[in-house]
Amino acid sequence: MIRAQNLVRTFGSFTAVDHVSFEVARGEIFAFLGPNGAGKTTTIKMLTTILRPTSGEIELDGLNVRAERTEVRKRFGIVFQDPSLDGDLTARENMEFHGVLYHVPHGLRRQRTEELLKRFELWERRDDQVKKFSGGMKRRLEIARGFLHTPKILFLDEPTLGLDPQSRNQLWSHVKQVNQTEKVTVFLTTHYMDEADRVADRVGVIDHGKIVAQGTPQAIKESLGVESLEDAFLKLTGSAIRNESAGSADQLRQFARMWDRGKR
Amino acid sequence: MKVVYILWLREMKRYVRSRVQLMVSIGQPSVYLLALGFGLGPVFQRAGNGNYLQFMAPGVIGMTVLFASIFSGIGLLWDRQFGFLKEMLVAPVPRLGIMVGRALGGAMVAVIQGLLVALVCIAAGFRPVHWAGAALALVFMILIAVVFAALGVAIGSNLQDMQGFQLIMTFLVMPIFFLSGALFPLQGLPTALSLLTSIDPLAYGIDGMRSVLLGITHFGAATDLLVLTGAGAVLLVIGAYFFSRIEI
Repeated sequence: MIRAQNLVRTFGSFTAVDHVSFEVARGEIFAFLGPNGAGKTTTIKMLTTILRPTSGEIELDGLNVRAERTEVRKRFGIVFQDPSLDGDLTARENMEFHGVLYHVPHGLRRQRTEELLKRFELWERRDDQVKKFSGGMKRRLEIARGFLHTPKILFLDEPTLGLDPQSRNQLWSHVKQVNQTEKVTVFLTTHYMDEADRVADRVGVIDHGKIVAQGTPQAIKESLGVESLEDAFLKLTGSAIRNESAGSADQLRQFARMWDRGKR
Repeated sequence: MKVVYILWLREMKRYVRSRVQLMVSIGQPSVYLLALGFGLGPVFQRAGNGNYLQFMAPGVIGMTVLFASIFSGIGLLWDRQFGFLKEMLVAPVPRLGIMVGRALGGAMVAVIQGLLVALVCIAAGFRPVHWAGAALALVFMILIAVVFAALGVAIGSNLQDMQGFQLIMTFLVMPIFFLSGALFPLQGLPTALSLLTSIDPLAYGIDGMRSVLLGITHFGAATDLLVLTGAGAVLLVIGAYFFSRIEI
């Protein structure tokens, strides 16, 4: 379903993704793991047509991402690392907006919206503005939205970041459910190794832009002779802490938070 | 087409729901109108230029449309920071549709605000000499809105953070307003200033409104119409170009 070959992306002299190749089969849940700044998000951006690779090829559902952007875009849903909802619109309006952008016919749009909002336990709050939602609810809405146009692949970039254990559990059980009922291929990243171990059929570990391990969680643990995926991860990527500089987006988010607090 | 519609609808919904924005957008021009209109009125009268409130009302309407439309475009910055831009940009639709829908929505909001401020002007004592010119004045308002919504998109596509916004505000938006002749007549200005005003699209918009509402003009209504249409077309192309180049 997803095939990446010798993917490279450089920013100036910095190589964020360095000859990465992997394949994800139809209906599989694939976890892409790595420390901060390892190249996870850059890879997802390239897979989802937002960023052009410096070199290398990507195929999604047999289509070349470079040549058939629009067709490719119809085939996947994505939940970004940071929220991408419109807080001024209601849950239902956010779904509606998405449905129109993805050419989902009117009747089907309604039916899917109801079905998905119910499944993700948001139906009672459908007419509330999203800015009044909790972090967990926003996340669920984003995932529900990602499924609206019945994509063949769903990308989840750290979907459980900042959620409490209850919300995390619930979120993954929803994702697994939809993965099974709709046969959606799921490509996810997370920093919670226990999640990856539990949810994913296969994992790939990336560090410094290179893939350092690939396989089922079981196989990776066995090959390194460790008990948990977390130990395997630390063994593969070392225990040095990575620094990521705060981008302007982070700074503004901080500013917005201060502003919010000031208003209260 | 549906894409243009849904983006337009979003802009409208956001506007109607944001009470504070609505109040500020009418309150600010009203303050200008009342404080300067009545404050500078006597001086203006003594200088032999007639009723200042009459003179500046089209200027204040133009200013309202300018701010509203340019901010709607710069609002892209917020969409970028709060992530919604990504949702739009990974959708399987042409970016041009997104840009046009957004610009139209922003322009429409701006025109509505302009009309509301026009009502405030009339309540404050503004009386157009030619009521028949009102329809033409609306055309000028729409043109101003399109010109600056497009400029806003061009700027918003390139802005990365709040500092940039401050720069744009101080060195672009405010000069466009002050040099437009919204507050003073364009006749007999020093050459440098006169040159600057003649490259300010808003000057033509406001002059056009004055011409159809009050029968006083500096450039001539036909020139105003021509320049605004031309500027609108050019800026739409530039806006679309920058919008198509956004990377996130």
